Amino acid sequence: MKPVPHARAAGNFIKDEERTNWHDDTLWFVREKRDKAAHGIAEWELLREWASQIKNHTLSCLDEYLLNFEKQAIVNGVKIHWAADAAAHNQIIYSIIKEQKISRIVKSKSMLTEECGLNEFLHQQGIDTVDTDLGERIVQFRDEPPSHIVLPAIHLKKQDVSETFHIHLGTQKGNNDPQYLTEAARGHLREKFIASELAITGVNFAVAETGGFVVCTNEGNADMGAHAARIHIACMGFEKIIPRTADLAVFLRLLARSATGQPITTYSSHFLKPRAGQELHIVIVDNGRSRQLGRADFRNSLKCIRCAACFNTCPVYRRSGGHSYHTAVAGPIGSILNPNLDMKANADLPFASTLCGSCSNVCPVKIDIHEQLWKWRQELAKEGYVAGSKKAGMKGMAFVLARPGLYRFSGRMARWFLRHLSFLFKSKKLNPWYRQREMPAAPKHSFRNWYLKNKKK
Amino acid sequence: MSTRDQILNAIRANKPAVTTAPLSPAGQLTIYDDPVAKFTATLESIGGKVEWINKLDTVKEIVHAEQAKGLMVADLLGGHLQESGAYFADKPADFLKDIQLSCLQAVIGVAENGAVWIPESAMGNRLIPFICQHLIIILQKDKIVSTMHQAYEQINTFEEGFGVFLAGPSKTADIEQSLVIGAHGARSLRVFLLDQEG
Repeated sequence: MKPVPHARAAGNFIKDEERTNWHDDTLWFVREKRDKAAHGIAEWELLREWASQIKNHTLSCLDEYLLNFEKQAIVNGVKIHWAADAAAHNQIIYSIIKEQKISRIVKSKSMLTEECGLNEFLHQQGIDTVDTDLGERIVQFRDEPPSHIVLPAIHLKKQDVSETFHIHLGTQKGNNDPQYLTEAARGHLREKFIASELAITGVNFAVAETGGFVVCTNEGNADMGAHAARIHIACMGFEKIIPRTADLAVFLRLLARSATGQPITTYSSHFLKPRAGQELHIVIVDNGRSRQLGRADFRNSLKCIRCAACFNTCPVYRRSGGHSYHTAVAGPIGSILNPNLDMKANADLPFASTLCGSCSNVCPVKIDIHEQLWKWRQELAKEGYVAGSKKAGMKGMAFVLARPGLYRFSGRMARWFLRHLSFLFKSKKLNPWYRQREMPAAPKHSFRNWYLKNKKK
Repeated sequence: MSTRDQILNAIRANKPAVTTAPLSPAGQLTIYDDPVAKFTATLESIGGKVEWINKLDTVKEIVHAEQAKGLMVADLLGGHLQESGAYFADKPADFLKDIQLSCLQAVIGVAENGAVWIPESAMGNRLIPFICQHLIIILQKDKIVSTMHQAYEQINTFEEGFGVFLAGPSKTADIEQSLVIGAHGARSLRVFLLDQEG
């Protein structure tokens, strides 16, 4: 099934102007909190550079670090699984569920399981998974995907959540108090934690030196699940590896400050060994990552620590919403990761950007996101995934811009038409630019004319 | 060939030229003049409370008051760690869910973010810091370091099966960015700074 392209989905999103402005302001508020937190650390830029170099180094020795991680984890009593792609990842988890005859499953936030479509896959096998992050539970009730990797329900207003909880949890109709609604979810999910047999979590950082891994949450849902269930499966893309425990200091200082402006998440849980009587599994997933590692222009997208700072700052994300990106990881980083997963289906995403560069400026591991967006556009054009009309327009533009005489003539024509036949420009059919904008008044002369006339004065 | 070897071979074929690991820019990292004051200010800004005590008797009184109300308390401080730890070790979540208050000893505190490190050996049961309604943590005031870099130099992440940096009470802002304290974990956190060996 071909997804609705970003531009069209965004067009639908912005039809509700008030809501679009609210979404924009809400995300910008998070971006401002990030700035405040970052400015509170004198060595912030030093930390970004440090983190970037640790990640560069790790990618250059990735096989060795993965092997060491595996070796240590096995010594710690952890069972390691390797998955080449999303289907293999889902199958590994399904096999454990079948083998152990499990029916009660809780899952904390893991973008990898979203990327792999784990919930849908298990659902098709007749197995239900309860998402336990509050935002994820809200969107799961609504049968929607998360719209943001850190704030999954950021596209919803409290009235929406209230209606959803009224239907699924029996809360009072019209009670929109976030405190009341959160309390209802707390009670509901406590029952799920206590009854759970299997807890699935993501991994924020996996430490090669110890074979341990760290999971960060504010709610405590990963811990409630992992410590209550008799089996814990942690799923990680192989790029989550970092060399040493000491490196955690660098990344934990950057992660929450970049994500939400908090100095650190409430819980940074360090898992090393299963508790007595518990099984601990780690699934290490490739799913296109080794291919991305081979693309010199795009490999450093694998440095990403999923803080979503690039989402919150992006003028396009803020005004088009996460669902417009039709992928598990939206926003600027998603737009450079997803063409690697499926070039054809995600050819629209690198164009969902103004290339303003704000994403690269806030990235805690210094990924050159906006440059990769631009490079993906060239790659996609070369591979034939750019629409003919866009290509023709660009070529026409290049032709005119390369010929000063023709350029001046076109300018004169445009000014004349804009003055005398403005209806042509005000047709939303003929001129897509006009759909959300006013056309400017046509000046009598071009800048060049003005300049030639005035330069002698 | 196994999936594992296929993945590792693909990585070997595609990885970039080796770059060296960066050195720690020691000397350029923040050291707070008064880490205790910074710790207090940071923790209070994220919803925790900091109180000073001279001896553990203050905590004992709180524990007794809760127990007198018939509420379950997981007191894992000082002399209670061994007996309570053994008592709670094998209890399932269905039992632990009724814990009203947990009292734990932290190993260190971190001034820059208000976090405290609690290793598994101080928990009795891994669920205890998370499943309780309220949480009290004892911390020696001279165990507060400036940043995470110093924190990791002092804790051991190689031996114990589990440990957590815990900063403030459980929280969420998933409903319209409105901060709500008490998501799934503890609804409140009080850190008692101990001036002397308890």
